[in-house]
Order: sequence, then structure tokens, then C-alpha cells
Amino acid sequence: MRPYIREKKSFTFDEVPENTCFEAGYLTTVNSGWRSIRPAVNSEKCVGCEQCYLYCPDGVIAINDGKAVIDYDFCKGCGICAKICRIGAIEMEAERK
Amino acid sequence: MANKVAESISREEFFYGHKACAGCGGSLAVRAALKVLGPNAVSVLPAGCMSAVGFNFPQLCFSNNSIISTFAGTASMLTGVEAGLRARGYKDFTAVGFAGDGGTADIGIQALSGAIDRNDNIIYICYDNEAYMNTGIQKSGLTPFGAKTTTTPAGKNIHGNIRPKKNMFEIAAAHDIPYAATASVGYIYDFIQKVQKASQIQGTKYIHVIAPCPTGWGVAPDETVEIAKEVVDCGLWYLAEYENGGFKLNHKPKEFTSVESYLKKQGRFRHLTDEDIQVITASRDKKWEFISKNFVI
Ligand SMILES: Cc1ncc(C[n+]2csc(CCOP(=O)(O)OP(=O)(O)O)c2C)c(N)n1
Ligand code: SF4
Ligand code: SF4
Ligand code: SF4
Ligand SMILES: [Mg+2]
Repeated sequence: MRPYIREKKSFTFDEVPENTCFEAGYLTTVNSGWRSIRPAVNSEKCVGCEQCYLYCPDGVIAINDGKAVIDYDFCKGCGICAKICRIGAIEMEAERK
Repeated sequence: MANKVAESISREEFFYGHKACAGCGGSLAVRAALKVLGPNAVSVLPAGCMSAVGFNFPQLCFSNNSIISTFAGTASMLTGVEAGLRARGYKDFTAVGFAGDGGTADIGIQALSGAIDRNDNIIYICYDNEAYMNTGIQKSGLTPFGAKTTTTPAGKNIHGNIRPKKNMFEIAAAHDIPYAATASVGYIYDFIQKVQKASQIQGTKYIHVIAPCPTGWGVAPDETVEIAKEVVDCGLWYLAEYENGGFKLNHKPKEFTSVESYLKKQGRFRHLTDEDIQVITASRDKKWEFISKNFVI
């Protein structure tokens, strides 16, 4: 399981925890807006070797039914996965808005 | 296609949604280590990029228990976390620290030395991006010779940092620590195995992992892994372990790749002259002479 986006609520000053102690893995914002390019997986080519999964700094690649699947909410478009894939199953494309 | 290493670590993500720059090597090291150690890892992070990008209330990107320590106090807080949990009867947990090069080789070295001296049962991981990155690229004790930082600028007379990189791996080993290792995020399988091994050993464990910072090194975000591999392949870094009083080399490049090509790819080294590169190559050769004499190969 991955941490997931929670309902965005605004915290009033009094609600900010005094002892800076709060729930682990609490996410309220995505990182997708950082991308200018995005990885696209060619599922025909992908052999599920998991290289890209192991090297993604953001941990946004999962292997589903033997194929790489990307969580675009948190992918930053760094391009590491495309370079690490030996068989060229990932290509970086211009980000579509 | 089964990947044995991927099968051997958690499928869960424990460092997710963080605000590190795209392609950050430090975040890859933290992510991979936590997938080895699992949900019962309790992590301690001093001031530095990994705490800055991981704890932005209310976006809290560690899904295991994690805490920010003082800049100098990673190891002493690890000592306290380990002792406190043990006193309360917890058995199945790992106290792990992730500190930068500045936080380790400069400001945190005393606390680290103390923890190793007491042989506290902790894992200390130094993610080495070779400068104080979070405050905008200042030289640390682990910045290599010749690197340009904001405090070691490259000018006509002085070409960046004039001091060599401190040897933290051997400094940790000199305490006769139960386990110390060097690693690189470019060789993630080796790093994962070392974290796995460290988690099975009683006492203090120190792992020093090279973790390129595209922002501070002047490389493209997609080059992090390659450059982290190349630093090992050209012999300026090495993969080794210290255990039972002896050093062991884990990976011997058949032939070194070009030091010049490693350096010239990076903005922080682009000013270096041929003589500077010779100095760096000579220091590499001297290091490998030492390795071939003193390490089991
Ligand atoms: C006692 C103290 N001095 C200085 C700082 C400011 N500071 C925060 S992060 C940082 C840089 C940390 O560098 P490093 O340990 O290499 O980690 P990196 O940011 O490179 O990941 C500095 C100097 C601080 N937080 N506390
Ligand atoms: S590295 Fe390439 S082939 Fe391997 S899982 Fe990723 S996309 Fe598929
Ligand atoms: S582009 Fe970077 S962040 Fe996105 S999936 Fe690939 S490696 Fe991960
Ligand atoms: S400045 Fe460097 S170390 Fe810090 S988050 Fe960005 S890439 Fe990572
Ligand atoms: Mg640093």
C-alpha cells in the first residue's frame, strides 16, 4: 500500500499540533505539477523486470500483472526510469495539461 | 519476470510524496533503505534535505515513525529512540538514521563516534551528496577536491575545493564498529543487500551511500543513477565493507572508466584544468594502492 491523498482540510492555528507530532504518511498535495515531461510505459514491450521500480526516487512505479504502472499524481518526470529500462519500454513525452 | 531483490523487500512505500527535487539521489537511498527495514523502522533525520522535503506539515511523507533531530544529534537521538523503545518492551523495530554528509562528517561526528563507542544497536546511514545542499551548496568535509560550491568558488587561482574528501568509512571502521559499508545509489542492489545485512547485526552499523544531487552537482535529473554508477566505475568511489576487524572490497572494476569524463559531465567540476584532473587521478591511484594492500579483494 502507498500513502494516499487525504481530504484537504485547512488547519486553524489551534489545530496545528503543539508537539509537532502528527499522523505518519499524511499527504495533502500532489507533485504532478512539477513535470514538464512524463514517462509513458509501452506495456507491449515491458517485461516486468522491476529495474525502474527499484530505481525510481519517488517510488511511484508499481508492477501490476507483470507490467510497470506509474502513479502520475506523484511522478516528477525525472526520467530515471526511461534511462534505466534496458529494453526501452519507457519513453519520456511532453506533459499534456 | 521475477526480480529477486524486489521480492526481498517490502512492496509498501514509506517515503512517498516528498518534495525532493526530481531525480534526487538522497531520496532514492532513503526510500530503498526503508523498504528493506519495513514499517517498524523508526527513522531519525537531522536538518538537511531529507528532513526538509519529508516533513512539511501537514504533508508528512514518512509512513513509518520518523522524527527530526538536531543537526548534530542524529546518532544521540538514535541512541535514545533505541533505548526508549527497548525499555518499553518493544523488540521488533530498527532505529535508523539518515543524515547528510555535513550532518555526518562535520557537525554530527561527535555524536556518531559516541554511539559507536557505546555500540548502541542502531543503523546510521549517511547519504552523501558531497555538500550542504539544503542551505544552497556549501562545502562540507565530504566535498571532494576540486568541486565548486558557494564557499569554494572556482576562480583563476583557486579551482574550487582545495581539500580532499574525509574518509568517513575508515573513520567509522577505526572505532572497530561491528559493521560499516560504502555504497552508491547507482548500485542499488548492493546497497539494499548491505542494509539487509546491517539489520541482522547487533550493535552499531554505519553505511555510507553516495547519493548524487542533480541540483548541486550540475547534472540533469535523469543522470543521477548513471553518475552514481560512474563514480564507482572510474574508481573515485568504491564498494566495500568492514566486518570482524577487516576490510573487504565488494566490486572491482576490471578497468577504470575515464575520471575526466566523470568530472566533465558535472557543472561543479567543469572548470577543472588538465593538471587538476591529474591530481585527482593520482589520488585515486594512491587510494587503490591502499585498497589492494589492506582490503580483501
Ligand atoms: C545547528 C544548525 N546549524 C545549521 C543549520 C542549517 N542547516 C540546515 S540543513 C543544512 C545543510 C545540511 O547539509 P547535509 O547534512 O550535507 O545534508 P543535505 O542538505 O545536503 O541533504 C544546514 C547547514 C541547522 N539547521 N542547525
Ligand atoms: S525497466 Fe522497463 S521492462 Fe523493466 S519493468 Fe520497467 S518498464 Fe518494464
Ligand atoms: S520519471 Fe522519475 S519519478 Fe516519474 S516514474 Fe520515472 S523515475 Fe519515477
Ligand atoms: S537539493 Fe539535492 S539533495 Fe536536496 S532535495 Fe534537491 S536533489 Fe535532493
Ligand atoms: Mg549534503
